[in-house]
Amino acid sequence: MTTHILIRSLDRSATLFLIIIAAIAIGVPVLNLTLPETSALYLPTYLVSLFGKYACYALLALSIDLIWGYCGILSLGHGAFFALGGYAMGMYLMRQIGTRGVYADPILPDFMVFLNWKQLPVYWYGFQFFPYAALMVVLVPGLLAFVFGWFAFRSRVTGVYLSIITQALTFALMLGFFRNNFGFGGNNGLTDFKDILGFNVQAETTRNVLFSISCLANMLAFLLCRAVITSKFGKVLIAIRDAEARTRFLGYRVESYKLLVFTLSACMAGIAGALYVPQVGIINPSEFAPGNSIEAVIWVAVGGRGTLTGAVLGAVVVNYAKTFFTTGVLAPYWLFMLGALFIAVTLLLPRGIIGTLHHWTALRRDRASAAAEDGVTEPLPAE
Amino acid sequence: MLDVNAIDLHYGAAQALRAVSLKAEPGKVTCVLGRNGVGKTSLLDALAGQHAVTRGTITWEGNDITALRPPERARRGIAYVPQGREIFPLLTVEENLKTGFAPLKRDECTVPDDVFSLFPVLQSMLRRCGGDLSGGQQQQLAIGRALVMRPRLLLLDEPTEGIQPSIIKDIGRAISYLRSLSKIAIILVEQYLDFARELGDHFAVMERGAIVYSSSRDDLYEGALRRAMAI
Amino acid sequence: MAALTSSLLYLDGVTVSFDGFKALNNLSFAIEAGEMRAIIGPNGAGKTTMMDVVTGKTRPDLGDVMFDGQYNLTRLDETEIAELGIGRKFQKPTVFDSHTVFDNLELALKSNRSPRATLWWRESATERRRIDQILEVIRLTAVSDRLAGGLSHGQKQWLEIGMLLAQDPKLLLVDEPVAGMTDVETRQTAELLKEINREHTVVVVEHDMAFVRDLGVKVTCLHEGSVLAEGTIDQVSTNERVVEVYLGR
Repeated sequence: MTTHILIRSLDRSATLFLIIIAAIAIGVPVLNLTLPETSALYLPTYLVSLFGKYACYALLALSIDLIWGYCGILSLGHGAFFALGGYAMGMYLMRQIGTRGVYADPILPDFMVFLNWKQLPVYWYGFQFFPYAALMVVLVPGLLAFVFGWFAFRSRVTGVYLSIITQALTFALMLGFFRNNFGFGGNNGLTDFKDILGFNVQAETTRNVLFSISCLANMLAFLLCRAVITSKFGKVLIAIRDAEARTRFLGYRVESYKLLVFTLSACMAGIAGALYVPQVGIINPSEFAPGNSIEAVIWVAVGGRGTLTGAVLGAVVVNYAKTFFTTGVLAPYWLFMLGALFIAVTLLLPRGIIGTLHHWTALRRDRASAAAEDGVTEPLPAE
Repeated sequence: MLDVNAIDLHYGAAQALRAVSLKAEPGKVTCVLGRNGVGKTSLLDALAGQHAVTRGTITWEGNDITALRPPERARRGIAYVPQGREIFPLLTVEENLKTGFAPLKRDECTVPDDVFSLFPVLQSMLRRCGGDLSGGQQQQLAIGRALVMRPRLLLLDEPTEGIQPSIIKDIGRAISYLRSLSKIAIILVEQYLDFARELGDHFAVMERGAIVYSSSRDDLYEGALRRAMAI
Repeated sequence: MAALTSSLLYLDGVTVSFDGFKALNNLSFAIEAGEMRAIIGPNGAGKTTMMDVVTGKTRPDLGDVMFDGQYNLTRLDETEIAELGIGRKFQKPTVFDSHTVFDNLELALKSNRSPRATLWWRESATERRRIDQILEVIRLTAVSDRLAGGLSHGQKQWLEIGMLLAQDPKLLLVDEPVAGMTDVETRQTAELLKEINREHTVVVVEHDMAFVRDLGVKVTCLHEGSVLAEGTIDQVSTNERVVEVYLGR
């Protein structure tokens, strides 16, 4: 059964994609750890973490493309699931600090001591254990997505209205997490992490391992998405995207399909957030900012929605541009650049980068086959 | 004069008009007849500019208007009274009439007296909301609004559909009057043969998107007309 | 309750009013199993409302609709009626443009529609054969791998008929199937429907009289919500009342 699914999911471009990511997953640590700093090909450690960040963003983009590109659900609040996964990981990392914190309390994180809290809140219980935290990384965003989706999809909320309430969702969470008495570190968030699973979070080797794991996560998520898309379930998703009423008329419970894929997508986003936090060293409520979710959608639009590889490419390209532009003389103009990018892509490149490439190859193929048919009269359908 | 030359019209992949050619002169009524679904409304949509043609040309008063959009055509004196009236239910009768000012120059913006002498009921209901009018009154309002535009080409899509007989007579009288002014070319799309036969100077019957029978009033062969229209 | 009638579909005194306007007025007629019937009628005759009542989209104010001698359709909802085996094809083709012809049929094929079933679904030989059969009937075998969006209008209509067949209906309601088709496609559609009629009961609503003639079946002419005349196309077209109604009031 699995071999069948693998064969179905891996076409030429998918295999190529996986090979490239695998090469990067191996190549980057090699260039950082094995080469001396003086070598021309040496990759500085800060770049490893930066690339790791890009990889997490790519995973978030994949989760958005799955529901947007293939089911037509435009979530403008996916950053919420990303952030929730990040906070779950952050809570585990905070519990690992123990007595090494400023206030040296073995149980309570610094910010709770600062707030004069005497006890660890109930919802922090269990986060000292990695398996529990890992479960929460997937469960919390998943559960939220499930409940939210249950109400939204059953009420037949679609299109812009759905997008607006996803924005409201992430905004509400942001406001909540900003409050100091929410118990998640308020506007400072969770930071000053020491180690993860016993390894120093800042150590070179740890950074490289985290990077490779992020790449691996991308590969697995990509495979999973491909498996879903190429199955009959995926075909129903695409049918829902193109003609929802017709799909319902055929007897498919559209709400159940949307709910399932939306929850899966949220779980993926949660994992992306969880891998992100140890690599950037901090998680704070600004991750819930509505703007972040919108930016994530722009990544997918630039790369090409409905292509999966486009989502990854878009995330990397746009974030690289952001890094480039915000560390230099053009820094104050990044937001304008982002806006201009969005407008340019919508007007000139509506299919995104990969989408346009696919389109050109398809056009060239059709033109070639039409040229081959030239001279033959148009065949009547009934023969 | 209106000169339609072999126009095709497609809705996506479906063809609604096939090489339709038609002429309309000022002071004459051209009746386009046919059953449901033959393409009569598609023809008027093409003439009003609501839907682009995929082939052929439309020439009006010597100019090629094929590529012009509806507002431009309105400014050239083409007025459309669509099937179902489409008056604004929340605007008063007076306001509805005034919407006809849209393509006119500033100094032309008045409601001509003709409108009220043809349809006196509009005068008495000036302050009533369009939605409160009966079907027949709405039809008169729709035609009145078209007249406010000072049209030189008037397109009427089944003006008698769902209207009571007394108002049908009023509408027939109005069309006769407009024809007698000799300034307006009128294209009347109808399924009601008797009504059209009384008013028409020229007849064209459509079937499956094409004109299958065409005749002037003098050459009209009743039998052929009936056969073309029946099943 | 013993079967009230041997007809497959029996409309009995159906009346539907919208704001005082009677769309259907004491409408009664019967369709026998295995029959193909053409329903014609001028504008506002009630053809679409009639189909809405049969499929459960509209509930009549009066009257009953009996299906297969035992089901009263006026008491069931749209999904239940669809599950009984009544399929409707709308005038405008709504196939899935981004899917191939084959995939369109696959999605329409009678099967377990739950998300879990479709996640693990693998195509079986029987299903493949069934789809191939349908492709043959609708004459789209040659283009089974083409995206539905690239088909001609006529081909899209046939694909949609095929999707209807894939659901194994007992009764097909087809609404203006040849609107917008070329002459060639129209003739082919008549052939197609006749072939389908061999194993299914078909009711066709149409304006195109040449097409109705091509079908060569019994014709029911509706007018202002009730039956005006019934018979062969020649009988109906020479009926004086029918002629009057088509020429005006």
